[in-house]
Amino acid sequence: MMYRETTERRPPLTPQLALRIAVLGGLALVMFGVIFLRLWYLQILSGDQFVAEANNNRIREIKIQAPRGEIVDRDGRVLVGNRTAFAIRITPDQLPLRQEQKTELYDRLADLLPGLGRTEIRTEVREQLRALPFSTATVKQDVKLPIVQYVLEHQDEFPGVTVERVFLRSYPHKSVGAHLFGTLGEVTEDQLEEDRYRGVTPGDRVGQSGIEYSYDRFLRGKNGASRVQVDALGTLTGQLARREPVQGRQLRLGVDFDVERAGAKALGGRNGAYVAMDIKNGEVLALGSSPSFDPNIFAKAIKPSDFKRLTSKANGEPLSNRAIQGLYPTGSTFKLITAAAALEGGLITPGTVLFDGGSLQVGGVTFKNAGDASYGALALRRALTVSSDVFFYQLGLRANSAGDGELIQTWARRLGIGRPTGIDLPAEAEGLVPSPEWRNRLFKKKLTDRPWTPGDNINLSVGQGDLQANPLQLAVAYAAVANGGRVITPHLGLRIEDSDGRAIQELETSARRRVGLDAEYRRAILEGLRGAASAPGGTSTDVFKGFPIPIAGKTGTAEKGAGRADQSWYVALAPYPNPRYVVAVTFEQGGFGAETAAPAARRILAALFDVRGDGKKTRKGSSRTN
Amino acid sequence: MHATPFNSQRRLPAELRPPLGGLDPLLLVAALGLVACSLVAIGTATLDDIEGDPYHYLIRQAIYGVIGIALMLGIARFDYSRLRELKIGVYATMIGSIVLVYAFATATRGSKRWLELPFFRFQPSELGKLLLVIALAAFIVDRWRKLGEVDTTSRVVLLALAPAMLVVAQPDLGTGLVYLVITGALLFVAGTKWTHFAALGGIAAAAVAVVLVGAPAVGVEVLKPYQTARLTAFVSSTDNPQDEGYQLNQSVTAIGSGEKLGRGLRGATQTRLDFLPEHHTDFVFAVVGEEFGFVGAAIVLSLFALLIWRALRILTTAKNLFGALVAGGIAAMLMFQVLVNIGMTIGIMPITGIPLPLMSYGGSSVIVTFLALGLLQSIHAQALATAAAKRRELAA
Repeated sequence: MMYRETTERRPPLTPQLALRIAVLGGLALVMFGVIFLRLWYLQILSGDQFVAEANNNRIREIKIQAPRGEIVDRDGRVLVGNRTAFAIRITPDQLPLRQEQKTELYDRLADLLPGLGRTEIRTEVREQLRALPFSTATVKQDVKLPIVQYVLEHQDEFPGVTVERVFLRSYPHKSVGAHLFGTLGEVTEDQLEEDRYRGVTPGDRVGQSGIEYSYDRFLRGKNGASRVQVDALGTLTGQLARREPVQGRQLRLGVDFDVERAGAKALGGRNGAYVAMDIKNGEVLALGSSPSFDPNIFAKAIKPSDFKRLTSKANGEPLSNRAIQGLYPTGSTFKLITAAAALEGGLITPGTVLFDGGSLQVGGVTFKNAGDASYGALALRRALTVSSDVFFYQLGLRANSAGDGELIQTWARRLGIGRPTGIDLPAEAEGLVPSPEWRNRLFKKKLTDRPWTPGDNINLSVGQGDLQANPLQLAVAYAAVANGGRVITPHLGLRIEDSDGRAIQELETSARRRVGLDAEYRRAILEGLRGAASAPGGTSTDVFKGFPIPIAGKTGTAEKGAGRADQSWYVALAPYPNPRYVVAVTFEQGGFGAETAAPAARRILAALFDVRGDGKKTRKGSSRTN
Repeated sequence: MHATPFNSQRRLPAELRPPLGGLDPLLLVAALGLVACSLVAIGTATLDDIEGDPYHYLIRQAIYGVIGIALMLGIARFDYSRLRELKIGVYATMIGSIVLVYAFATATRGSKRWLELPFFRFQPSELGKLLLVIALAAFIVDRWRKLGEVDTTSRVVLLALAPAMLVVAQPDLGTGLVYLVITGALLFVAGTKWTHFAALGGIAAAAVAVVLVGAPAVGVEVLKPYQTARLTAFVSSTDNPQDEGYQLNQSVTAIGSGEKLGRGLRGATQTRLDFLPEHHTDFVFAVVGEEFGFVGAAIVLSLFALLIWRALRILTTAKNLFGALVAGGIAAMLMFQVLVNIGMTIGIMPITGIPLPLMSYGGSSVIVTFLALGLLQSIHAQALATAAAKRRELAA
């Protein structure tokens, strides 16, 4: 059967149909035109931009961490080294997007990593990424090999989790010298903008304190990079190029590890500090603070409980470096400065004899010698040797009324007390030399109960009262008197070397300033100090009995008031008469200087001069001090 | 089917028989060219997709192509007009097969579109596009004299809405849209009044507003969230790999990075490293753009332009209204799919999951497209035969 209806025949191409077909054709034309123009725009006009984008898709730069340079002592013994470890890191844009999957991933990680919970991991990752967006976050810094292998073998269960080989600092000598080295930490956003961190990229670890901070520029290496091709899932499909990392420079310190260790042992964990320094060039041979800590716990991220322990007052704040941050009255060790001021200020000559009747009355207040001693008529040398307080009280009283009344203060500051020494360690404390101007200003602001009185100057003359200084400042002052007036800049860094120990750059520091000190006056002071360590009646004569190296030294016992044990001091210059080294030791609760600080100084000096088997011979000094 | 094939050539003397058995050579060239392009693109893009079987997709697509070409040539020899008689069966088959999907389909990525057959996965909604063209064309021809009535227009629309809604609910929004476009095109070619179109347009706009804005506001979810996301992704693209906009970005990047001459097989990293998603199916045009650049993309575009031009041309020469309507529906279907698919890959259209005819990998799509082309060839052959018969009558 066939259709023979009108509709079966070919319809004439009515104008209406023609119009509609034309509309369809026109639509097709517009459509192809739009597609064509868009393709032209994408491929011809902005093609190179999309090529770059496509390459950006597939090429990843993987940072290869450069090991930092090692820090060695003056004989090349490694003080701070490196060890390799594995870190587990998270790349946020490769994490699963769904919250449940992310939670499962964190759960799996938490199961794997002892001591880390899911919430801890999440907060850690979140905080690190807030600090440095678009980088990776470290979940755990030092992961054991079996865990590393497990993660690598089960990569599909750990999307976004990578294992990286990292270099961690190692400190073979544990707590000895811990305060020098400082810690590393990831560079902060603010630091990235500083000039001194040029070339550092987010996620890099840089020195954040101590020597690591001061010499970071040399110690940090140049990171390498591996350009790899990845597919859409982030799977590696091949390496394109590799730039090897370059290890940082080796830093040689002036520190002599033997001396450093002797100091640590001499302090024996009691709160205190020590410094040994070359008086000519400022090279620091030992600098330490006690109690100390094992810096290895800082090699990876430190636990909050550890940090709390290291900063707690009850534990003696092991993190603080008392050698440069301690602020203590210096006791009689300050008499060197009073003596220099009095001589140079014309108050006395080396031969001027004053009478020490055991006490001095000023304005109704009696200033007495320690131990109620009285030494009779004596001149400067003897006054230093026996540490007569009354002798120096009189100098303090005279200085208070001579000139502008700040003779002692001026000389203290000139010699480096109450101001930073400029050592190559950050966070040095300034200290304080009390002056009329200072106290009267406080009084005006009602921050103290009374204005300046001559008694303040009398206290200052023997290092008591409001004076605040640290062992390093005293060492600088003693060095300046001993070396003829050059106020040196102490420095730990000796030179920058390549990894084979070949010198690249010497780290010399010039003296900060010169002070004019009459040679005769200097000799008188040094002779007085020599007597203190050797003459009959000298405050530390007993301590240094039998010590083969001639010492000049001064004890100090600073009262800290109200039931607190006295601060014990000893500063030694050796060998007499042409000293090369200054050693300063202090104990926070040491009692008389001759009892604790002086024997500790002897042990350090023994190490410094390589005096074998001296440790056992040190005896308790006489109880007569100050 | 037991309808006697109407073979016009047999009744014509040899000298009047059209060459190639009445096939439109340009349409044939366009189709074969596109299949060739498809094989090149899919073959190169999927080398690494299945480990140990680099030619998995290539071989299958080639087989679909061969089957499709054979079916096309076969259909071209029949008189399409016979299909008018079968309109009820055609419509029922369409609805039935789509409903079957709900009963037996395997879900892939949350949507049920495919029937698992022993040798391949059959997607009834693809075949449904063609069946809808035939059934609606036949219905419109039946009501030819009442075409100006609102009644006719609404019946046609309702006939189309039934399968379209079923498909949208699978959910397969893209194919559902194709159904609506086909319907509109058929009404348009048939000569439905402009006022009816204006009314339909108004209703459609209102429906879109209700679905996208109104319904979510009162808590009714008509579109799945991913569908809304995909539809709106091209407006706001992001770098998030799991985001819809990511696919768009990667596709645009792939095409743009092809520049003038393409990056070649080795250099096409967007495709080879899987940054380009669905590179053998929905985003196959981006593969062409990346590997062969503007030149390759222009060649494919030209082939499509040729295809659509021939389809519109055949529409004008059809021997009867039914042929004209079928040709118009097929032309509109091809145009819409090309526009939406390529538009998606170049970032000017939303992601809808509509395959690129003859280019995208997939047996249902390739074979159904060839069936459609077979119908076009049949319409063309019948027109030639009728014209020849007319000439003979005149000559006699």
